Amino acid sequence: MAGTAVLGRLTWLVAEVAETVTETPHVRTLVLDVPGWAGHRAGQHVDVRLTAEDGYQAERSYSVASAPEDPPALTVERLEDGEVSPYLVDDVVPGDRFELRGPIGGYFVWDADAREDPLLLVAGGSGVVPLMAMLRHRQRTGSNVPARLVYSARTLDDVIYRNELDTLAARGDALEVVYTFTREPPPGWTGYARRVDMDLLREAAVPPQENPRVFVCGPTSFVEAVADNLVVLGHRPGRVRTERFGGS
Amino acid sequence: MTRLDGNSIAGVLEGIFGRDLTVALGVCGGCGAERQVGALHVYRAAGIVVRCPDCHMVLMRVVETPQRTWIDLQGMASLQIAAG
Repeated sequence: MAGTAVLGRLTWLVAEVAETVTETPHVRTLVLDVPGWAGHRAGQHVDVRLTAEDGYQAERSYSVASAPEDPPALTVERLEDGEVSPYLVDDVVPGDRFELRGPIGGYFVWDADAREDPLLLVAGGSGVVPLMAMLRHRQRTGSNVPARLVYSARTLDDVIYRNELDTLAARGDALEVVYTFTREPPPGWTGYARRVDMDLLREAAVPPQENPRVFVCGPTSFVEAVADNLVVLGHRPGRVRTERFGGS
Repeated sequence: MTRLDGNSIAGVLEGIFGRDLTVALGVCGGCGAERQVGALHVYRAAGIVVRCPDCHMVLMRVVETPQRTWIDLQGMASLQIAAG
């Protein structure tokens, strides 16, 4: 019957904050209870809508940080001039509610499956969030697909999920995490301390001969520079998926 | 203006079309390049402008108001949406 086809239409849902986790001085994770949540895939995002008392609405997109096997959680970075993020990072307490719709998007998504293609994840700043969902999904499904995360942060204190990443990398199940610090490396640091440039990718990224699936997420300028360099290094453009967060 | 990509308008497009369009295959009416919508360039202000990453042709424009949604697709030669 025309007009009655059920396409799982995207509707606004009410999310209740179940728990908050401070990740860094600028970043907080909100674990949510969302009645009607359809379940998500690793890499997807949601649109969050806040409504002021005068009816003014502001909408922003946030990546889901949790594995599909777990309740939805958003990791939000405070933008100093933001309309939405300061509220989510500084003000929200468990029990608070806001509207969201999702999960959204099937392009920047990784599903753990039988295929053995290695995974190359390249994160700039809070661009690590959807990539963390992929790594958590990999761990929760017991996948041993070789995976490497190249993560660019300003300082060690800006690294989101640091303890969890180090724990995951120490499991010895073919996950490697490579950090580079662009502003101030920690004392005694002998690793990378510069932007993710061509030479760094040549040394630290999974080589194109291994035909990895590549996901790059971060500020627009970061994502475009990394993706361009990966293609120059021989990665097929169709294998390099990007998600731009906008301004840095 | 900061360039984004098709992922950033996934919710808007799904709200309009009723399904995820980021994996739909768009063909540029200017240069013929084929790309998934998630990979297209997006600029957002009062409305949304979607451009071809190769030739920068405007492929799609979307303006939403409380009364109606206006969609211009004249730069998009075709849009293939998988069944299911």
